[in-house]
Amino acid sequence: MKDMMTIFRREFASYFATPLAYVFLVIFLVMQGLFTFYVGQFYEREQADLVSFFAYHPWLYLFLVPAIGMRLWAEERKSGTLELLLTLPVNTSAVIAGKYLAAFAFTGLALAMTLPIWITVNWLGDPDNGVIVTGYLGSLLMAGAYLAIAAAMSALTKNQVVAFILAVSVCFLFMVSGLPMVLDTAGGILPGPLVGVVANLSFLAHFENLQKGVVGLSDVVYFLTVIALWLGINRVIVESKREAG
Amino acid sequence: MDVLLEARDLKKHFGPLRAVDGISLSVKKGEVLGFLGPNGAGKTTTMKMLTGFLAPSAGSAIVCGETVTAGNAAARRRIGYLPEGAPLYGDMTPAGFLAFIAAAHGIEGAVAEKAVRDAAGAVQLEKVMEQRIETLSKGFKRRVGLAAAILHSPDVLILDEPTDGLDPNQKHEVRRLIGAMSAERAIIISTHILEEVEALCSRAVIINAGRIVADGTPSALKARSIYVGAVTMLVPSADADAIVNAAKALDGVAGVEAAGEGDRTRLTILAKPAAQIADPVGDLVAKHGWHVSQFSVDGGRLDDVFRSVTTGKAA
Ligand SMILES: Nc1ncnc2c1ncn2[C@@H]1O[C@H](COP(=O)(O)OP(=O)(O)O)[C@@H](O)[C@H]1O
Ligand SMILES: [Mg+2]
Repeated sequence: MKDMMTIFRREFASYFATPLAYVFLVIFLVMQGLFTFYVGQFYEREQADLVSFFAYHPWLYLFLVPAIGMRLWAEERKSGTLELLLTLPVNTSAVIAGKYLAAFAFTGLALAMTLPIWITVNWLGDPDNGVIVTGYLGSLLMAGAYLAIAAAMSALTKNQVVAFILAVSVCFLFMVSGLPMVLDTAGGILPGPLVGVVANLSFLAHFENLQKGVVGLSDVVYFLTVIALWLGINRVIVESKREAG
Repeated sequence: MDVLLEARDLKKHFGPLRAVDGISLSVKKGEVLGFLGPNGAGKTTTMKMLTGFLAPSAGSAIVCGETVTAGNAAARRRIGYLPEGAPLYGDMTPAGFLAFIAAAHGIEGAVAEKAVRDAAGAVQLEKVMEQRIETLSKGFKRRVGLAAAILHSPDVLILDEPTDGLDPNQKHEVRRLIGAMSAERAIIISTHILEEVEALCSRAVIINAGRIVADGTPSALKARSIYVGAVTMLVPSADADAIVNAAKALDGVAGVEAAGEGDRTRLTILAKPAAQIADPVGDLVAKHGWHVSQFSVDGGRLDDVFRSVTTGKAA
């Protein structure tokens, strides 16, 4: 636990060691604004809710979260510091968790910076704040799932750009598996129950459930399972890459 | 004396390549072992196994009685490691980096501050403690890596080419530091700089293609050189031919090498194994009244032994 915090602190601080973090936060907020107000027509809808805000998160995260996660391992492998890190008397699990949580905290920070929009809807109208809270929870969990994928992909390569592309691709698969278009196609090939499984695997279905204001345990468990699974994969990749040098 | 670091028949295969092919060695407290070999001999791979970064294909590494594995954090706590090229987090300052290393070793609070201060002081980092590591010169970066390796006062120090790429003054500085730390520890340094071994190491192990080809004190290894007992002298070039002929006629002389240096010639008169030729050569010089401006007896040359054991050819 202490080891994990040591790794966490170093990793989290390293996000702010370059101006890149601030650039990223600005881009994140601008994109959020663009989608919410322009594409999502926040004002035109004249509804006191954040539906138009959350609706685009799955798509925004598809690119923004891999950008946060891509450096986690690729950079360590490229610069050789992985050897330094893994020969310290710290468990590999603590390293994996510490690094992931640092990236997750950074993601959470970016999301927290959108809180003014919540204040705005409360000022403009009378929204159901319960729905907004679960909306944020769902958004954070989904970002966490994307991030776990991005972390694992980052361990696959020394090149951050490659890590980014791999992460976007895998995240995209996890997302679109819930789109009607994909499910219709799948329905033509697979038997009914399997289509249900594919749909259930998608981030979208679980994310949307949480947007409705109900915290379904199954949805929370789903995201936590996905995160745990990909962190496990992350570990396997790190161990095998350590052997490959 | 207690053995602090031990390799037992370590092997590492990368596919068909036997990078390390059965290396056994032990380093005692107070010993500085020079680990030599040409590039690609397997030095770095061996050291990665000694530190638990790589799992051996066969054999084991033992530090202070504990087997080193990726999962054994306790064994790694006893080790200070400077990886090849001294990788560092460039976006940190030495102060931040060393504090991180201390925390990773479970050192906290005032003790950590003192450990960082002492390690930084030992390698004279004080002036750059708040500068980003990536902006430091190569010599300073290497010192940061060394400070990180010694910060927790490890029993065993494993340094992979600690002086590689440094200028002669910096090399001297790093050697002095390693020498100063050797009394209480077992130290293994890899290098292909042979003068370093003579300056620093109490023992040298030479490996080639993953196997040990020589092991002994630097003097014992040098004694295997064809130059051991050889007499080197600087003579006027005009006399050189006469001296060479006279020397070759002496008992115990194996051959003579000559190298011109302006109007003088440097002659190296090689001795046959176990032959003492310094006195006969001296007598010869006195008898003929040749003007000799330098006269020395060779203790053997490590580079010559290195070449002969790693290529199978004499120099
Ligand atoms: N991860 C790896 N995969 C495949 N071959 C490797 C790997 N690491 C090292 N080697 C090979 O093992 C041999 C020994 O390398 P190394 O231990 O780095 O030698 P040295 O440090 O003595 O120069 C070299 O031929 C090198 O190419
Ligand atoms: Mg090497």
